[in-house]
This record gives sequence, C-alpha cells and structure tokens, in this order.
Amino acid sequence: MWQVATVTGVRRETETARTIELEVPDWPGHVAGQHLDVRLTAPDGYRASRSYSIASAWTASHSSTIELTVEQVPRGEVSPYLVDVLNVGDPLEIRGPVGGWFVWKPEQDGPVQLIGGGSGVVPLRAMLRAHASAGSTTPFRLLYSVRRPESVIYVSDLKELASSDDVDVRLVYTRDAPAGEPRVGRIDADVISEHAFKPGDGATTYVCGPTPFVETVADLLVAAGHDPARVRTERFGPTGGP
Amino acid sequence: MSETNYLDGNAAAGSLSELFAVDLTSAIAQCNGCGRTSVFAEAHVFVDAPGMVARCPGCDSVLLRVVTRPNDTYLDLRGLTYLRVPNS
Amino acid sequence: MGIVSPGFTGRRRGGTELPPGQYLTRDFPVLSAGPTPHVLPEHWEFTVTSETGEVYRWDWAALMALPAEEITKDIHCVTRWSKLETTWKGVSLDTLLADVETGADYVMAHSYGGYTTNVPMDDLLDGQSWIAYEYDGEPLDPEHGGPARLLVPHLYFWKSAKWVRGLVLSDTEDLGFWETAGYHEYGDPWKEQRYAGD
Repeated sequence: MWQVATVTGVRRETETARTIELEVPDWPGHVAGQHLDVRLTAPDGYRASRSYSIASAWTASHSSTIELTVEQVPRGEVSPYLVDVLNVGDPLEIRGPVGGWFVWKPEQDGPVQLIGGGSGVVPLRAMLRAHASAGSTTPFRLLYSVRRPESVIYVSDLKELASSDDVDVRLVYTRDAPAGEPRVGRIDADVISEHAFKPGDGATTYVCGPTPFVETVADLLVAAGHDPARVRTERFGPTGGP
Repeated sequence: MSETNYLDGNAAAGSLSELFAVDLTSAIAQCNGCGRTSVFAEAHVFVDAPGMVARCPGCDSVLLRVVTRPNDTYLDLRGLTYLRVPNS
Repeated sequence: MGIVSPGFTGRRRGGTELPPGQYLTRDFPVLSAGPTPHVLPEHWEFTVTSETGEVYRWDWAALMALPAEEITKDIHCVTRWSKLETTWKGVSLDTLLADVETGADYVMAHSYGGYTTNVPMDDLLDGQSWIAYEYDGEPLDPEHGGPARLLVPHLYFWKSAKWVRGLVLSDTEDLGFWETAGYHEYGDPWKEQRYAGD
C-alpha cells in the first residue's frame, strides 16, 4: 500500500519547519486531520519511516495534491532529510491517508475548538482549510501555543483565516512574545476559560502536540468541566531512536 | 514524575492499515486487563521498541502488539476483549 | 519493490568490527515497550526461583554486599544500533547463582512493569552476564533500566532486561515478550538472528 509521490513544491515556514507539496497520482482523497506515513530507503536498503499529519484540505479541483509540514527534530533521522535534503522533483514513498478519529468533517455538528502545541498545529490547519473551502459557518476557535513569534508556522495563512467571522485565532507564547503582547507562558486554566468554548457550548475539541502538551491540555479541559468524550487528542514526539 | 514516552493510537494507523480494511483507530476497544473501554486512538502507543506496543490508558496492560518483519507481520491481540467497529 | 530516496543515507553504517546490519551510535537510545517503572533501591528485590520452586532473595543491601565487577562491552540492539565499549558495574550471575541448586537449562528474566525475556542458562554463566546497577560511573538511570538491569551483552540488547526483578529457572524453554511476537528465541547479533527463523 506504499505509493510513490513526487515533490512539486517546498516552502520554508520557519527556521526549522518546511511545507512540502506532493503530487500523488492515485490519491483517494482525505479528511482533514488524517495523516500518512513516509518511508525513506537508502541505497543499501536501509529504511526508516515516520508519520506526518497532512496540512492541506482535500479539494476536488486539486484532487491529487497534498501538503505536509515537517518540523525538524534535533538529531532526528527522517525529519532533517525532509526539511533540508528533499528537492522538488524527488520521489517520496508514502502510505495513507490513515486515521479516522482525529478528523473533522464539514457535516459534523457543533462548534470546534482547536488547540495546538508547536507543529501540532499542522492537522488543525488542515481542519481550518477544510472549514474555509467548504464555506462552513461552524464557529472555529484556534488556540496555538508557540515558543516565540519566529516559531509560528502558517503565518500568512492564519492571518487570512482569522479575518473570517467564524474563525477566532489566539496565539499563546511560551518564551518570548511580540511587542504589545504582555502574556508569556503556557496554556493554563485561565487561558482555557478565557479563550476556549465553554463546556455547555457543545464544542468538539481537538488537541494536538507533543505528548506532555496534550496530557496537560486534556487534563485542563476535563478539570474545567469539558466532557472527555468530546475531547480528541493526537500526540507526537521524537521517535525512532537517536 | 509523569511518563510521556508514548504516543497514541493514531500513530498505529499506518501499520494497522496494512492489516485491516477498516480504520481501527476509531474502534472502541475493551481492555482484557481492567475492562475499561476507550477509543483505540486514545491507547498509549510505544513505538521506540523492537515492535509497536499499544497499552490501555487506564491500567497500562498490553492491548496489541505489531512486529513488522521483512516478509511478514506478527499481530498479537490477546490484550483486547473486543474491538467494536462501526458498520460502513 | 519501492524506491531509493535520493540523498538519503540514514544513520552511518558501521565498519567491520560491527555485527552484520548494525550501525554505530554515540548516543544511548532509549527503547521502551511501556511506561518506565520507578523502583527505589529500598523497595527493590531480586529473586531467583529454581525449577523446584525454591526462591532465593536479595534486597538492595544484599546486592551491594556482593563482589562487583567493572564491565566494558559492546552492545547491539536489534533495531540496528550498536554502541562500543560501554562501561558498567554489576554483580556477575556466576556470583548470584553460585548457591542456587539447579540443573535447569532455561531462564526467563522478569522485570518490574511486566517485561520478560528468555535466555539459556549457559549464556548467563561463565562471566557472560551481570545484574548491572551503574552505567558509565553513575547509578543506572531509570530510563536505561535502573536501579538494576540484566546485562547479557553477547546477545541482542532486548535480552538485557531493564528493571529486572527476577529469574525463573526451568527445564523447558518458554518465550518472552518479544520472542512470542516474532523475534528470535536466541538472538546472536553475529549470526544476525533478529527474527524467529533467521
């Protein structure tokens, strides 16, 4: 079920993250929030594979195009290749789309709260794009935790999305904030109560980020009275050894 | 000290897609150890090991193991009482 | 099947001093099939259960009272990394098993957290294995198996059970956690015995 995609474009998002546009001849379409596996093979047959969230929404007009956004993991094995080595025109072996839980479909009921930590914003961006391209009026809120302004991926995209009446984008800076933003710190109970939908709003919440981030935020949501059954989580982390 | 050396059931979706025609990450799984039911996507999945190990988020019992070998794959489902999958 | 990824070399492959298919690492990768048990030395206990059911016990103080050895060995993980000249301190299994009455050929190591792995008795004796509690001059970190792990460096490293709490001796061979899921029952890295049937 592995298939060969071709890199048709690359776009630097931050110093350590890059978006890769792929052309996949037999792409069956995907739902926002799904991911895929990437497999690399060295000339001697050595292989390494990793999972990455799909950053784009599927549209019928670009039915065989998808985007991945990859954050380089320090001393990683696959991510440095994807961020620094892979070129336009290169083949890339992929398997997917996979995953049917951490997904948003336009026909779904109720408002949507997105909470992302670092590159955990990637599948949430796909949901926001799907929301926009479907012309959905479902209220969306994004809480996006980043270290500093330079770490924000999809800067122009988020500005455009935030101009929609149905979408509220709120950035939380954990190390350095831009001028005019007094608060520096992690997402806490105050941030949740101030910026997230309330437990009675019937929202579905999607939390994606490194495992410690997801555990902390999911605990905060449940402590604030949110129904655990309406909190969907996806964890990632540096994996695969050294 | 909290343990954060795991991912979750979403990370198993690719490997499981080689074995099952339906998406198992949105299936409801019952743990054979403690009886807890949860969506498989919420299982704690350990990938930094010789194989992939999914554990119950409640009691840490092994729910499922997948070992991908060069020519075949071992799948151990002993830790699951059942998987409940929506009909398509 | 598949393609070659242009410009991808993966981790550097090793030289002739490494078993086949292994690459060299300077890090000490942490591989875990479950949550890391945090066992304090004062609550630690190690048991050997003979094939007749006799149980021999050591607490931390008893282990510390036994003669320890400094060990320098290469280690080889089945996930293809090898690390050369790792230094450990621990008690030889020859010492621990000296007064155990047994004629058993097979051993199952059991760990805190439920992990198991099987090793032939012949591979634990004659200076081939240890209960190690220091790595690189420091107490063994929990993520690397502390307070104490089994060290059987001539076999793939999954045999060197982290957080070891006991050995069960038997006349018959049973298979451990990875051995029941397709990994080799013995695991000699020089014969590249990764999977059952290799």
